[in-house]
Amino acid sequence: MRGYTRLTSMALRLYLREPMAAFFTLAFPSLLLVLFGSIYGNTPTPMFGGRGTIDVSMPNYTGLILATVALMNIPITTSSYREQGILRRFRATPMRPLTYLAADVSTNLLMTLVGMLVVLAMGRLLYRVEFSGQLFSYLAAVVLGCLAMFSLGYLIASLATGARMGQVVGMLILYPMMFLSGAGFPIELLPDSIRRISAFLPLTYAVNLLKGMWFGEAWSAHLLDVGVLGLMIVVLGGLAVRLFRWE
Amino acid sequence: MSTVIEVENLQKSYGPTHAVDGLSFSVEQGEVFGMVGPNGAGKTTTIECVEGLRRPDGGRIRVLGADPRAEREAMASRIGIQLQQANLPPRLRVGEALDLFAGFYTRPAAPAELLKRLGLTEKRSAPIAKLSGGQRQRLFIALALVNHPELVFLDELTTGLDPQARRSMWDLVRELRQEGRTVFLTTHFMEEAERLCDRVAILDHGKIVALDRPEALVRSLGVETRIVFSQPPEAPAVPWDTVPGVHRAETSGERVIVEGAGERFVSGVVLALEARRIPFRDLRTEQPTLEDVFLRLTGRALRE
Repeated sequence: MRGYTRLTSMALRLYLREPMAAFFTLAFPSLLLVLFGSIYGNTPTPMFGGRGTIDVSMPNYTGLILATVALMNIPITTSSYREQGILRRFRATPMRPLTYLAADVSTNLLMTLVGMLVVLAMGRLLYRVEFSGQLFSYLAAVVLGCLAMFSLGYLIASLATGARMGQVVGMLILYPMMFLSGAGFPIELLPDSIRRISAFLPLTYAVNLLKGMWFGEAWSAHLLDVGVLGLMIVVLGGLAVRLFRWE
Repeated sequence: MSTVIEVENLQKSYGPTHAVDGLSFSVEQGEVFGMVGPNGAGKTTTIECVEGLRRPDGGRIRVLGADPRAEREAMASRIGIQLQQANLPPRLRVGEALDLFAGFYTRPAAPAELLKRLGLTEKRSAPIAKLSGGQRQRLFIALALVNHPELVFLDELTTGLDPQARRSMWDLVRELRQEGRTVFLTTHFMEEAERLCDRVAILDHGKIVALDRPEALVRSLGVETRIVFSQPPEAPAVPWDTVPGVHRAETSGERVIVEGAGERFVSGVVLALEARRIPFRDLRTEQPTLEDVFLRLTGRALRE
């Protein structure tokens, strides 16, 4: 794994220098929080089992961040690095392909966690949201959700023929998921007919698991979510690694 | 002297095109070996197969005693590569790039020293996107040297550089040679090959059409030297066929062109003029260059 630490630190710095990526990870969820907060407030309602809109939205925003990182940042960065010949230059060194991938996954995971902490801090400051789960379980759900959604992102990057295609495909998958899986918009506010579509969106399972762990539910109540996410990691992640191209 | 690169019967096709068609050559330790030829001759395909970045369809390659693909890591840590087409993240800074690449090797050079050597110290905090063509090229050379490589690959080192930047690259290649490193370069500038290389392989349509020291290549052509001068219109005619080494002569107005070969050719012509007291002016000799060798071997000019 020679080079792993420096590659990760490079990728983190570049992430923060990329205004679009930094905005969607660090600022956008907080903007949504303030927007929905100003529309609905955070007064407890029966629809959310006696919690407020913002209370139930906190895990959704984690899902939103990990989906944006997975479907926007990963395909764009990976396919444009390939298109520009950046991956080619790395390949001309003794660095191993898996080292590169490990550093990239770590970077995206770290950025997701940072983005999550920012929006949680905002929720805490502005709306006094409470965390009623277990920290370790919640973090495990975040990591599982990240790895599953990242697998999809790397697969898109591996299949895309160019940076533009990587970007377009990522967006096409991201946007419907953002609104229909409960990530960007509380699913409870959507009509039943639309909620049926959400069963086909992988992000729904990540958001369900995150919600469960946020409110301290048992893992046994979320076997389906864990199963779908695990399957994504094995199948999509395996395919992405097999199909990964340096040029 | 030991052999650093051995290539036997290298084959590589892209679809129906034979990019490289049965190349064999070897590169000895400490020499500057050049591969010249027009675009599409197979230079980059060859160098990238040797670097282990492309999989050959056939043939055998050994680099520093290793198979460049099967024993990639062992080989990659001992070589330095400057690719013809490569990039770094545009927002990465020069100093950061060197630190990053230094991290890929066990005993890297000090990044600050490399920056100084390549005249990039002042650009240390500049993002890669803001560098000029020459600065970029120097950075990529610095990255290729970060592991003190025994063998350096330079693919189209000076393409797109202005004459001044090109000359400083040439100095750098000479320095590498003096330090005892082996250099394998490709170029489509014959002058560059002639000035830098100990041996040159001329490539055309994926085949080596000639391989030797540049001056031997030029000599082997048996191409004539040409002497051009002016003389007053009333000058007496010289019986050129009696002058040693002269093959033919042509007079048009004041201008005379004499072509010939041999060690006594130039002195013979001058002596013949002196003997007849012909006041010649603007005499110059035109030596054949690698460019002429290429023209002769392939029937076309190198630069369109």
